[in-house]
Amino acid sequence: MTTAVKDLSQDRQKQMISAHYAKLARAREDGRKVVYTFVPGNLTELLNNLGLLPVLPEINALQSGMRGKTGDYIHIAEKAGHSEDVCTYVKADIGMLKSGNVGPTGEPLPKPDLLLLSYTGCFTFLKWFELLKREYDCPVVMLHVPYQGDGRITEPMRKYVADQLRDEVIPALEKLAGRKVDYDLLREQLKLSALAENDLVWVLESAKHRPSPIDAYFGGVYYIGPIFTSFRGTTDAVEYYQLLHGEIQQRLDDGLGPVTPEGTLQEEKYRIVVEGPPNWTSFREFWRMFYGEGAVVVASSYTKVGGLYDRGFRHDPSRPLETLADYCMGCYTNLSLPDRINLLEKYINDYAADGFLINSVKSCNSFSAGQLLILRELEKRTGRSGGFIESDLVDPRYFSAANIKNRLESYFQMVEAKRARS
Amino acid sequence: MDCFVGIDLGSTTTKAVIVDANGRIVGRGITNSRSNYDVAAQVARNEAFTNARFDMLGQALRHEAGIGESGAAFELALTAGYRHECFLGQLARLEDHCRRDLDSDRYTGDRRAMGHALEVIMDGIRKDAAAVYGGGAAARSDFFRDLAGASYIEHAAHVAREGGPAFDRLVGLFDRNIIPVENEQETRTFAQLLMAALDRVSDVSPAQRNAASGVLRRVAAADLREVSAVGTGYGRVRLPFPKENIRSEILCHGLGAHLLFPGTRTVLDIGGQDTKAIQVDENGVVTSFQMNDRCAAGCGRYLGYIADEMNIGLHELGPLALGARRRIKINSTCTVFAGAEFRDRLAAGQAREDIVAGLHRAIILRAMSLLARSGGIRNEFTFTGGVGRNAAAVKALAEVAQDNYGSLTINIATDSIYTGAIGAATFALRGAVQGAARN
Amino acid sequence: MSLATQEAPMAAGELADLVGSATRLYEDLELKAVRDWKANDPARRAIGFLPVYVPREVIHAAGALPVGIMGGGDQIEIVRGDSYFQSYICHLPRSVIELAVSGRLGALDGFVFPSICDVIRNLSGMFKVLMAEKWVHYLDLPQNFDRASGGKFYRHEMATIANGVSALTGIEVTNERLRDSIRLYNENRRALADLQALRVQSPWLVPATEYYLLLRASYLLPPEAHTQMVRDYMRLSRTSQRHAQDNIRVMVRGAFCEQPPLGLLRTLERAGCYLVDDDFVLGARFIPEPLPEDGDPWQALIDGFLYKSLPTASKYDVNATKEAEVVQRARDVRADGVLLIAPSFCDPALLDQPMLARALDKAGIPYTSFKYAEDTGQFQVIREQAGTFADAIKLWGTK
Repeated sequence: MTTAVKDLSQDRQKQMISAHYAKLARAREDGRKVVYTFVPGNLTELLNNLGLLPVLPEINALQSGMRGKTGDYIHIAEKAGHSEDVCTYVKADIGMLKSGNVGPTGEPLPKPDLLLLSYTGCFTFLKWFELLKREYDCPVVMLHVPYQGDGRITEPMRKYVADQLRDEVIPALEKLAGRKVDYDLLREQLKLSALAENDLVWVLESAKHRPSPIDAYFGGVYYIGPIFTSFRGTTDAVEYYQLLHGEIQQRLDDGLGPVTPEGTLQEEKYRIVVEGPPNWTSFREFWRMFYGEGAVVVASSYTKVGGLYDRGFRHDPSRPLETLADYCMGCYTNLSLPDRINLLEKYINDYAADGFLINSVKSCNSFSAGQLLILRELEKRTGRSGGFIESDLVDPRYFSAANIKNRLESYFQMVEAKRARS
Repeated sequence: MDCFVGIDLGSTTTKAVIVDANGRIVGRGITNSRSNYDVAAQVARNEAFTNARFDMLGQALRHEAGIGESGAAFELALTAGYRHECFLGQLARLEDHCRRDLDSDRYTGDRRAMGHALEVIMDGIRKDAAAVYGGGAAARSDFFRDLAGASYIEHAAHVAREGGPAFDRLVGLFDRNIIPVENEQETRTFAQLLMAALDRVSDVSPAQRNAASGVLRRVAAADLREVSAVGTGYGRVRLPFPKENIRSEILCHGLGAHLLFPGTRTVLDIGGQDTKAIQVDENGVVTSFQMNDRCAAGCGRYLGYIADEMNIGLHELGPLALGARRRIKINSTCTVFAGAEFRDRLAAGQAREDIVAGLHRAIILRAMSLLARSGGIRNEFTFTGGVGRNAAAVKALAEVAQDNYGSLTINIATDSIYTGAIGAATFALRGAVQGAARN
Repeated sequence: MSLATQEAPMAAGELADLVGSATRLYEDLELKAVRDWKANDPARRAIGFLPVYVPREVIHAAGALPVGIMGGGDQIEIVRGDSYFQSYICHLPRSVIELAVSGRLGALDGFVFPSICDVIRNLSGMFKVLMAEKWVHYLDLPQNFDRASGGKFYRHEMATIANGVSALTGIEVTNERLRDSIRLYNENRRALADLQALRVQSPWLVPATEYYLLLRASYLLPPEAHTQMVRDYMRLSRTSQRHAQDNIRVMVRGAFCEQPPLGLLRTLERAGCYLVDDDFVLGARFIPEPLPEDGDPWQALIDGFLYKSLPTASKYDVNATKEAEVVQRARDVRADGVLLIAPSFCDPALLDQPMLARALDKAGIPYTSFKYAEDTGQFQVIREQAGTFADAIKLWGTK
């Protein structure tokens, strides 16, 4: 991920991530406790508050995917009895665990002292940690984050999450840390979260300009890195997003398009909204299929899985538990299907997109089930062309480059032909 | 004449179409796609140009005095003669490759016997070809590999039975040497081939022959200028064309269907390996499309597997299914399980006709879901692709379409294999016109 | 090795009539039974619900008929349903959409989608879009099994359902009404528990398909009618001339949502397996014990769900006890072996399998596993697999 975006912010992010992995590598000798948890609905501020170190299995899986390891890992998990049909993040994680749990830095990751199961927007998370529970002899604490079935957060929902946080999650974390949550510090952290969130939203919304100075999907997945992982609520994150804000402002001033692995995109030919996660095993190849055609992703839903901020939500220091509850329930995969359609429709209009594209991944039913209805509804409501491709998160068997390229080219040419007609 | 070329590089066949400045189709060519895409494209293109000259020839002959009433028959005979010449040219090259191969160490032990056998086989093939091109037998394919191969195997089997070299050894010789032959091109010019073909036409008076050869020379000398070319199809990126001259097969297919049937709004194409559902507007511009997902379930290949399983020809499946008496619901269109499913059902006592009809319906139902994804079926509905030649599939499609979308005009493009290439050629024409307008 | 191919005992006389009417209900994809029930009184309302579990008592207390939607099985041709789902999504939602868009669910006035997996979850949103004129609710069953948090939340969830259904029927769910409903469903629980006990004791008296058809009938009939049906069945079956065969006793796990076709159950029996326990139509007996009929009826339902419901893959396994439970249950029903089956692409069932398999391995209980879909049409492979499994157990016994 280094050559993709060579700006200072990227270096900064790299330093932050290496520092985190260094801490993990020293966790045992430093006496630090390690908590495995998930990206959507993560409780980073609480973990940091108590000096606990998070490990995010989804990030491990996607990193392994980018490093070409997941084909073997998945094979190992399938040999151990896992079906070919199920989520490959889970299988990549199981395979990695059975191969020594070596992380992206080449060093083994520390075992968890606690599994913090924030069940947010993905049923498979439950199964995943049931499986890990059987591999590690450590406690699990579970936070059930209710789904926004009716497209909104109700007071009982909020109270349910806040109650669990106060009565179950926090006591378990405090027990592990051997100390109490410092609520003054927590309020400070949440203030910092909101600051970084402001800058992140500014960056993502910069794509409303023509040409867009960013790619909100292929570039976007780098931009969300710090705030979706272990840095939300830290000064590191605030500084990173300030830096990024400045850089994007500069690109805007210079009238530049987004950064690609082959330099700045010269001509913005298509503005596209993308729904669904990217493929990680062929991430670069996939990206090239876009910028090679002059396609820029101006908004994406994937960059909202670890927090949805562009509808106005910010972490609110004045009511720490309730705000964490709202954050969890607001993550993209926790939105109802009709609300996802509304959000994507708004993106297509607000970002003046030429069309939208769905990358339907086999692994993730939370995203994928119903996407063909989303496609149909969005076409109907916006009159703009929808494209549909299929791949997977980290299973290299499910990325057919020729097939996807063929569809993407057809799609872009169709958008062009329709544009020429009108 | 200004020519605009469209080349559709498909996974099994490569097609070329030429349109003139008015958009009229003047030439078509087809060949099997092989390991070498460039050659396949070149062969198809040459054939399309040859075809275009024959088109000119036909027109000229119709207006030429002295050919008279028998003009059409003469043109047919001339075409057959031309093909015969091309075939013999390729056969000679095949024999040449085989002979050189026989000089290798591989044949130290049986070189004489193999050489003799080859001679017998080649004689046999030449006799078969004379029968085919003389109108005595039906050609089973237009491709040299298929035609010569079938004939070769027949004669090799005979030679082996009569005490010659083993059958496998003889077939091995063919298999090794057919590939270079396919990748070589005819060295004689159109004019040379045409004159040789003329010599093959019997049943013609000296006066007619004289009149014809004048026309032939004129046509052979006519300037066919390739103004521009557009490539499409699965292998399109392999074509040595600039990017702006490459179009997706979806766009070409949509436009092609529109050109064949101007009322088209929805196109379904079921090919060997993929299925496409395309919506087009009144100008043939694609507005939405869907393709089948990763696996080839429910594509033409599936019927191929079933035909293989039943040990019958693909073209026999449709008629068989039309004889069905009961409707059987088949849920799996997986090519991998097709054979097993078929055997299971036979074992369970179901009738062959009924099972095969069920399989056709299953394919059509799968296509319907793709159509629904792309926006449904709008009038007129055009069905293209090889499966369109299967009457049982067409029948099932008409039924299901009627049940779900009401009464529709359904266009079946029997010669639809060229749909994509026609679209590509027309894109070439339009691009050239636009380019000229800009300059 | 010979593959056993005994025929399941045929029902005769009154018993055959009863099984026949259960079969007609199973085949009633147009929901004619519901239409007939509603026709008796224009004020009647019916609410559809999806697998696995919803508290039917609440719907019933609001004056509506709860109707289970279990997909189209192998009975319908999917024309439109497939256009909404990629090939890697399980089959049930395709047939449910097919039923919906073809108007077959027209007799239902509302729908409840319980939380079970992401596919059913998103299907609830699809219904909100496709059937905008109907009341559609996603029931978020608590995955936190603490009375103070999960229980309190569940109370709100049930109240939402009560209010939603009441708005359709005009009947408010009072504690009294809810207690009455619990009483009726308790009767049904007792009948089903007796049926299950009979099956464990004398499986030849309760063939798998008949047991299954009875369960399915509970998703269409009012509870008292269903209870009567089950009681009648037991009486008739006990006096039938059915005799034990040389079959092994198996327990089935993994079929709690998308249901196997009847042909698959027949295949298992023909292959020499008595089904003595399974998780088909699990919602019909998710809380097997009767609930308290006095006191706070809401609390009775809450505690029933939190503490007395059966373990299944769609429920979070808080204390990592699913392995112990599957082994204990297999012993309780004296199963010779376990069939770990799962619908293709079913994440919950398939992710559970390795955990259950390991436990059975450790306990020395034989098992075998296969995948199916609700419209599986070919049973040859399953017949061989189940037959071999049965023969192996007969020849060598359990470990």
